[in-house]
Amino acid sequence: MTDILLDRRRLLAGAGYVALSFSIPAGDALAQAAAPAGEKPRLPGDLNAVRMISAWIRINADKTVTLLVGKVELGQGILTAVSQICADELDIDMAQLKIISGDTALVPNEGVTAGSFSMPNCGPAVRQASAEARKIMIDLAAAKLGQPAESLTVKAGVVSGGGASVSYWDLAVGQALEREATGTVKPKALADLRYVGQPVQRLDIPAKMTGGEIFVQELRPKGLLYGQVVRPPTYKAKLASLDSSAVEKTPGVVKVVRNGSFIGVIAEREEQANAAAQALFAAAKWDVEKALPGTDGMQDWLLNAKPNKVIETKKQPRAGGDPAVKTLEATYYRPYHMHASIGTSSAIATLADGVMTIQTHSQSVFETSQAIAKMLGMEPSKVRCQHVQGSGCYGHNMADDAAADAALLAAALPGKPIRLQYTREGEHRWEPYGSAMVVKTKAGLDKDGNVLDWDLTIFSTPHGTRPGGEAGNLLSARYLEKPFAMPTPVNGGAPNFAADRNGVALYEFPGHNVLTNFITDMPLRASSTRGLGAYANVFAIESFIDELATAAGVDPVAYRLRFMKDERARDAITKAAEVFGWDKWRKREGRGRGIGFAKYKNIAGYCAVALEVDVNKRNGRIRVLRAVASADSGHIVNPDGVRNQIEGGLVQSLSWTLKEEVKFDDTRVTSEDWASYPILTFNEIPPIEVALINRPGTPFLGTGEASQGPTGAALANAVFDATGVRFRRLPLTPERVKAGLTA
Amino acid sequence: MVTFKLNQAEVRVDAPATSPLLFVLANDLGVNGVKYGCGRSQCGSCTVLIDGEPVRSCQTPVSAAAGRSVTTLEGLLEGGKPSKLQQAFIDEQAAQCGYCAAGMIMQAQALLDRNPAPSESDVRTSLNGNLCRCGAHNRIVRAVLRAAKEA
Repeated sequence: MTDILLDRRRLLAGAGYVALSFSIPAGDALAQAAAPAGEKPRLPGDLNAVRMISAWIRINADKTVTLLVGKVELGQGILTAVSQICADELDIDMAQLKIISGDTALVPNEGVTAGSFSMPNCGPAVRQASAEARKIMIDLAAAKLGQPAESLTVKAGVVSGGGASVSYWDLAVGQALEREATGTVKPKALADLRYVGQPVQRLDIPAKMTGGEIFVQELRPKGLLYGQVVRPPTYKAKLASLDSSAVEKTPGVVKVVRNGSFIGVIAEREEQANAAAQALFAAAKWDVEKALPGTDGMQDWLLNAKPNKVIETKKQPRAGGDPAVKTLEATYYRPYHMHASIGTSSAIATLADGVMTIQTHSQSVFETSQAIAKMLGMEPSKVRCQHVQGSGCYGHNMADDAAADAALLAAALPGKPIRLQYTREGEHRWEPYGSAMVVKTKAGLDKDGNVLDWDLTIFSTPHGTRPGGEAGNLLSARYLEKPFAMPTPVNGGAPNFAADRNGVALYEFPGHNVLTNFITDMPLRASSTRGLGAYANVFAIESFIDELATAAGVDPVAYRLRFMKDERARDAITKAAEVFGWDKWRKREGRGRGIGFAKYKNIAGYCAVALEVDVNKRNGRIRVLRAVASADSGHIVNPDGVRNQIEGGLVQSLSWTLKEEVKFDDTRVTSEDWASYPILTFNEIPPIEVALINRPGTPFLGTGEASQGPTGAALANAVFDATGVRFRRLPLTPERVKAGLTA
Repeated sequence: MVTFKLNQAEVRVDAPATSPLLFVLANDLGVNGVKYGCGRSQCGSCTVLIDGEPVRSCQTPVSAAAGRSVTTLEGLLEGGKPSKLQQAFIDEQAAQCGYCAAGMIMQAQALLDRNPAPSESDVRTSLNGNLCRCGAHNRIVRAVLRAAKEA
């Protein structure tokens, strides 16, 4: 089996290992990424930026191949999928493959692992680089064997022809792969694929089930010490005074680190570090200000805040025709959501020989290492991040902050590896949340209830405050003696968008306008959370289209298909309805069905969700009885991987929609644990069926965020179907539903 | 100094008696099959068995393990190979990130020890206090039922 377990030698051996084993010096990959492609041919995916084949593929003397990728494993199965692609194109067994991923000194800079971009950008790059590496090997073999290249075959890395054979490992002398890809080698024909398209088991799962070494918590370098940080009571509080003398004398405490309003502690034992941090918090005096609108004031706050920018995401006024005979309007609200990973963020940092080495589960190892370098005043080349898996990642959580905090502590105690894992409260209260949003919709209709004019207006705070190479995006950097100011966030534009992601409905309406009020003030810290604005926008669009169908007296599926011209979208909607049994479904008291659809970002995977609920009108409790999702992710590399992502996203979205809302008062976040921020549990999870639509030979489309939006809308639509009451404010807690039913 | 059995082997640790069993296992004894999740017994990712009973090791002082038998994920291995339950989790691909898996498997092991042929509803109820954020719940339930069937 492909080796993706912890490579202790690489992770713990220090900087020397790089020079010994690899010929690309640290920083070279960065330089390649920055170089413009110029006149050169456009290469597939991220290969276009990092064009050297040897940056991606190495043939090793020990009869293995190493695949180097900048994308990282977050539990989404990316490393298994790209291994399938690589093994197929190189004609090797997956067991002959090793992977190095997310090590800033070693791998191609593929930016951030986010946005459902890994398969679209990394997949084609690995495919092309592997295909070209195979061609180079074949040509070398042809010369060696004296046979025409076309006559040769490859199996498990052994090239055969004319009764003789030679292996990649015999051929790979020196600089064979030290050349740029040409884009002229054709990848394998569909019929010749051995691993791609198969439900190959995830490479990292056996270790996770048996106590193997795979998570950052399982790295235990010699002399490891434990760190913890002390956060202020509120976002903007300033440290007035701190008497740390008692804590410093506590057994096990090695050092208290204070820098401005940043306080950290290093101890011999993890529990000592945690206890010392608590004691330091109690000993500290803070200047606190009241500044937050509170949970229930957030919707009005968004509507009244002055936007930093008003963006015309789409402007398509209707050209002539009759005026609308009827206009409908609605306002939808989603609250802040947490990433709420089961494990809190963690990192290990060591400052040795002038190099800061950080093992981190960051999604953005390159940009985070640059941000940390700025924070510490170090040369960018002297900060190395190595990706090691952590708990589930659904966007910009505190992984980068943990890396930065571990580095701040390690910088104060050179030579010692410091590991830090936040407390639950520390993560719950300080992670960057998915922004609360208001979405207003308005439709002008003709006499048959068809949409003539569609207007959607979005109110949102930022969805992107990732490190991006800037110290001010690291939480603790803002509290230092010389604080780094947070850069003003921007709203990413086309084709991915951010607050307005999926703000443009895929339906075709004669008039169609989308306006985005982008508010850079942030009552609560916010950043990328699975789907960004798509969850709220799809919730609003797909709820509203249901409202219009109801107003027109038309079945919601049929009404959607009236305005949907995209054939693959129609297939996805139809498939979900068919597998759900939409047409055979019969209404029963308290029961309802709902459907929701989106093509994620309007450029990634298609997904429709249909589900059935039972609503207890007495107590307002919603039970989801079953759910069906259709998914078209283009050419499917690993069908079980796609199922897992769609199903997992559906469950997480049900949890958001039914239960989740970050609570806060006028000073601080009060959702500080699983009791005050409950998520869905086993007893509440319905049977889920995922119907895949495979499109062999078409581009890989990202899947990881495709089911979030459709699920929330399908749920609200089903609740309406069951009760006749439309709920537009999330989450659909029993209290809210009960209140709505008795209003 | 605290002495207890860890996965059938006698261990002695020099740790304060009040130290959470979780940190002693993970940091003093190098056990990978326990995870910090919340420190408040709310999520189950630190679940181990003490004398066969599932406990949350994050809020169990190591002194409570003294003289008793502690089983972690590693202790389920049979001759170095995954147990039926562990293999069922692999076969069902019952994870995304897998951070909660260790606690899930230990909780499920305790269920199967008590009730070798649980219903789906038994499994869900037994695991209801173990949180998963990736949405692998139904796979996890299938894995436990599969292990029960294959036992």
